[in-house]
Amino acid sequence: MTLYQRRKMANMIALTLSLMAMAFGLIWLLWILETTIVKGFSALSWSLLTESTPAAGSLGGGLLNALVGSLLLVFFATVLGTPIGLLAGIYLVEYGRFTWLAKVVAFVNDVLLAGPSIVMGLFVYAVIVVPTGGYSGWAGVVALLLIQIPIVIRTTENMLLLVPQTLREAAFALGAPKWKMILAITLKAARAGIMTGILLGIARITGETAPLLFTALNNLFFSVDMSGPMANLPKMIYDFAMSPYPRWQEIAWAGVLLITMGVLFLNILARFFSRKKF
Amino acid sequence: MSKLTTRDLNFYYGDFHALKSISLEIPEKKVTAFIGPSGCGKSTLLRTFNQMFALYPDQRATGEVIMNGVNLLSGKQDVSLLRAKIGMVFQKPTPFPMSIYDNIAFGIKLYEQLPRSELDLRVESALTRAALWHEVKDKLNQSGYSLSGGQQQRLCIARGIAIEPEILLLDEPCSALDPISTTKIEELITELKKDYTVVIVTHNMQQAARCSDFTAYMYLGELIEFGKTQKIFVKPDRKETEDYITGRFG
Repeated sequence: MTLYQRRKMANMIALTLSLMAMAFGLIWLLWILETTIVKGFSALSWSLLTESTPAAGSLGGGLLNALVGSLLLVFFATVLGTPIGLLAGIYLVEYGRFTWLAKVVAFVNDVLLAGPSIVMGLFVYAVIVVPTGGYSGWAGVVALLLIQIPIVIRTTENMLLLVPQTLREAAFALGAPKWKMILAITLKAARAGIMTGILLGIARITGETAPLLFTALNNLFFSVDMSGPMANLPKMIYDFAMSPYPRWQEIAWAGVLLITMGVLFLNILARFFSRKKF
Repeated sequence: MSKLTTRDLNFYYGDFHALKSISLEIPEKKVTAFIGPSGCGKSTLLRTFNQMFALYPDQRATGEVIMNGVNLLSGKQDVSLLRAKIGMVFQKPTPFPMSIYDNIAFGIKLYEQLPRSELDLRVESALTRAALWHEVKDKLNQSGYSLSGGQQQRLCIARGIAIEPEILLLDEPCSALDPISTTKIEELITELKKDYTVVIVTHNMQQAARCSDFTAYMYLGELIEFGKTQKIFVKPDRKETEDYITGRFG
C-alpha cells in the first residue's frame, strides 16, 4: 500500500469513527425529544395555561402558577444578574486585565461556574432561608443568580478578549476616554457574543431544579408574592412526576414539553444572535 | 522648524531596553520615515509620541518628548487631549464596528458639538481628502467592514485626519495592501503634508524614498542616522545605513 492510500484509509477510519460518535450523541437527544413530544403533546390544552395545578387526585387544572412562578424567578434573576455579570466581565478585561485582583476574580468565577447547583441552593438556604424564617421567591432568585452571573461574566470576558487590541488602541488614538471606548467600540464589537451568553444563561437557569429545592420551594396555588414560596416548573415537574396521580403525571409531561421547547427556543435565538455580525 | 523633539529618550518593555537614548527632531509639515529591520524600535518610537505605551503597565519611557514646548512624558499633559492632536493609523485596518459615516463622526464628536449639517461636511471632507469619498458616498450607512482592505485603511486615515490633528502617525500603513491601494495611500501622504506633520514607519525602502522628506535609520533600538531622505538614500554618512539600504545588510 502506498503512503497516499494509507493516508486515505486513515482518513476513512477517522471519519467513520467521528460520524459514529456524532450519531451516538444525536440518538439520545432525538430520543429525549421524541419522548417529550409524544408524552407531553397529549396533555397540552388551553387549561394548561389558564388554570393552576389541580388538587391531588382530582382532574383538570393546569400549570399557570408554575409558569408564572418560573417566569418571575427567571425574570428577576436575569434583570439583576445580567448587569452584574456584564460589569464584572468588563472589569476583568478592560480595567483589571493585568492585575492580580482580576486573576483571582476570574479564577473564583471559574470555580463558581463549575460548582454543583445543589451547593448554591444549600448555601442560600443557610444564609437567607433560615435567617428570614421561610422559603421565598427571592431566595430562589438569589440561588439562580449564583448560577447565572458566572455564566454572563465568563461569556462577557471571553467575547471582550476576542476584540482585537488594535481596535482599542485605534479608539484611544483618537483621544477617546476609556469609558467611551468601551461603550462605543468594544461592547459593540462583542455584543452578538455577549447577547448569546445572556440567552444561554437564561436557558440554563430556566431548567435548574436543585437551586430551587431549598429556596423557592414550590407552591400548589397561584401566587405572585416573591416573599413567599414560589411555584416553578422544574420543581413542579419533579413533584408531579413522582406522584401516584395520573393527572399530575400527565401535567408533569406537559411541563417537560413546555420547558424543553422554551430552552430550545432560547438556544436557537442564541445561535441567531451569534451569527449576526455587524 | 521641528514639530516634535525627543531628547535622550529611552524605552523599556519590562526589563528589555527597546529604545536607547534617541534624540531626534521631526520637522513640521514634512514626511519623516522610520526605516530599519524588524524589532529595531521604529514602531515603539512612534508609540511614545502619542503615549500609546501608557496603556500597558510594564512599558515605560524616560527622557523627553517635546511637542509645542511641553514635555509629554512629564505626566502633566492630559493623555486623551494629547492623542486628539496626534492621529494614528495602524498596520492592519481597524474600522470600528459601526457605519462608514459613524467611523468618521465618532472621533469628531468626541471633542466637538456640531449640528448635523456641519458634521456631514466634515465627514465628506475627511473622506475626500483620504481619496475615498467617491467610492463610499452612496453607502455611508453600510458597515465599515463591508469595504475592501485598501478602502478600510483609507477609512482609518480619513478618521485620523477628520479630527484635524497636528501630527499623523502611520505605522506601516501599506503592509497589508495591494500595490494599487498602496499607490493611492502614498499619493495621499504627499497630499497630507501640506497640512500635517506626517511620520511613517515602513519596511518598504522604495516607499520611504518615494514619499518622505526625511528618513531615520534605526537598528537595535538606536538611531543610527537621521537626515534628508535624498542624502540618506544617495550618500549616507554611516556605512551601516548604506548596507541596509542597498540590501547588503546582515
